Amino acid sequence: MTSLPCNAVNIDTPLILTTEPRNLKRAFLVLGFFVLISLGSFAVDHRFIYFSAYLWFGFIYGMSLQYGRFCMASAIRDLFAVGVPRMAVGIMIAVVLFSLISAYVTVAGKSTFHPSPIGLYSVIGGLIFGIGMVYTGGCASGSLYKTGEGSIAALLVVLSLSFTQAFLVDAGGWLNHLVPSGWTESALAKNLPAVITPTDGWYDQFLAGYVWNLTATTMGELLGFTGIVSAAFIGNSLVNAIIPAVLILVAIYLRWYRKGYLRGNEAQYRGLSTELAGYWSMITASKRTAIAGLVLGVAAGLHMWVMQGLQHRLGIANAGELLAGMGFTDGLSIQDTVFDPGYFYITTQEAQGAAWIIQKLGFNVMDSIFFGLDNGVPNPLLNPVLWMSISLVGGAAVMALLNNEFKLKMPTPEIATWAIFGGILMGIGARVGLGCNIGAFFATVTNGDPSGWLFGLGMTIGGFIGVKFFNWWIERKMAKDMALFDL
Amino acid sequence: MAVKFAKLNEGNYVLDVQGYVCPHPQLYTKKGLEKLKQGETLELIFDNPSSGESIAAMCQAEGNEIVAQEKEAGKTTMHWHIRKS
Repeated sequence: MTSLPCNAVNIDTPLILTTEPRNLKRAFLVLGFFVLISLGSFAVDHRFIYFSAYLWFGFIYGMSLQYGRFCMASAIRDLFAVGVPRMAVGIMIAVVLFSLISAYVTVAGKSTFHPSPIGLYSVIGGLIFGIGMVYTGGCASGSLYKTGEGSIAALLVVLSLSFTQAFLVDAGGWLNHLVPSGWTESALAKNLPAVITPTDGWYDQFLAGYVWNLTATTMGELLGFTGIVSAAFIGNSLVNAIIPAVLILVAIYLRWYRKGYLRGNEAQYRGLSTELAGYWSMITASKRTAIAGLVLGVAAGLHMWVMQGLQHRLGIANAGELLAGMGFTDGLSIQDTVFDPGYFYITTQEAQGAAWIIQKLGFNVMDSIFFGLDNGVPNPLLNPVLWMSISLVGGAAVMALLNNEFKLKMPTPEIATWAIFGGILMGIGARVGLGCNIGAFFATVTNGDPSGWLFGLGMTIGGFIGVKFFNWWIERKMAKDMALFDL
Repeated sequence: MAVKFAKLNEGNYVLDVQGYVCPHPQLYTKKGLEKLKQGETLELIFDNPSSGESIAAMCQAEGNEIVAQEKEAGKTTMHWHIRKS
């Protein structure tokens, strides 16, 4: 065994220099695979560069997430479970940075973002998602990067939430009886194409009969800013992201960090200067997390810029046009579109992947709004956003290999059960909330969309509930073992 | 592989949470340390890298000392020795 220095908090693992030779080889193999995909697809058709853009940003996200062990489940769960604010701090750093870059991208006319409607559904979806992510041990992006580390439990989570979504968005039958009549009438009144059956399916009626009636806006618009610069920087970034993030960090400092920081240093207490030093200490406590937050924030903003630029260059508004132009029309929505957000997003493309499989088993999902009207179900090999998810796993694998942290781990039956059950909750929560920790929280709050904070509130409440349950569960299990000893 | 908590000898315990992912290692470690008396040590065996940083931060916040950290060669399994403050 190797002894490590007892620097308890900042475990900085040096890269490459200490990478075991076989891990270095494997890392290059993974990287080489994605390079081959990019070059090969470009050689077939230059328009695949649009896919490669998603791929390489996904790769960067994967490397950053694994390096910083970035996980929103950890951010909420570890606060309540073990009083550790490290990840919550990292998330808020990324929120602040990405919001500034998003504002710049917006002012430059390169933003691809569209706000979500504001409603209670965000809180409910976030709550269900939050409970689920505590049970699984990772959020949506966290589960993807942990899959890259070799965790089969994390892969089970991804599969579970994918198939849950695919079934949920098209499920009718007895679920139709749970739909308020007002939703049904409102969905009917939308005069959707006949091939979409909006009154047969809980989710169709949820969307067309409820969500579509709500208002979507940004904080810049809400506050009445007419200039694009003031709307983006003051409304969207400062008011919607930076101020709430700073206040959340103050609350975290006061509740979870201050006591430990001041312990043993009461004699040196100097009032505000000590408190500010403590606040700064909390923000810089984990170098890896801070660096990862910085890289994620910058990359996410650059991603929007690049995708918008490519859309201009290729003369398209949606990747569906690219696919049609290349002769791939199978799986496009009736509007000839596919899911193409133009920024960091998770869960929808995984749902598409699962839907493609269940279609092969004979299920028709193209009569749903989610797939048939909006996102389509393209072949996974021709789904640009799914390329991003797969390369996220690859990027995480490379970073894990460089850190000698890659290990194929089979879950215990208990962990597998939690992974599947929690994944189901995450799938339901993601669809009800119109996204996950990335699409419904991170991407929204940083682009001035206040609905993101509603989802975040729901996630926090759900995380609290999940932790309470796990505390009880583990206490019960340990009591059996503890009883054998004189404790 | 089930969680194993055992007494090695007077004042020394071992908690093996190999095969468990977040949040199990963190929660079991917290619960285990709560049961120990001041000065007693817990050998924690785990193989989930992301749990490590949370456990380290938790120990620092609560004043528990990580007296040794060892890694099994070629594996992700870690052995941490934590002394209850």
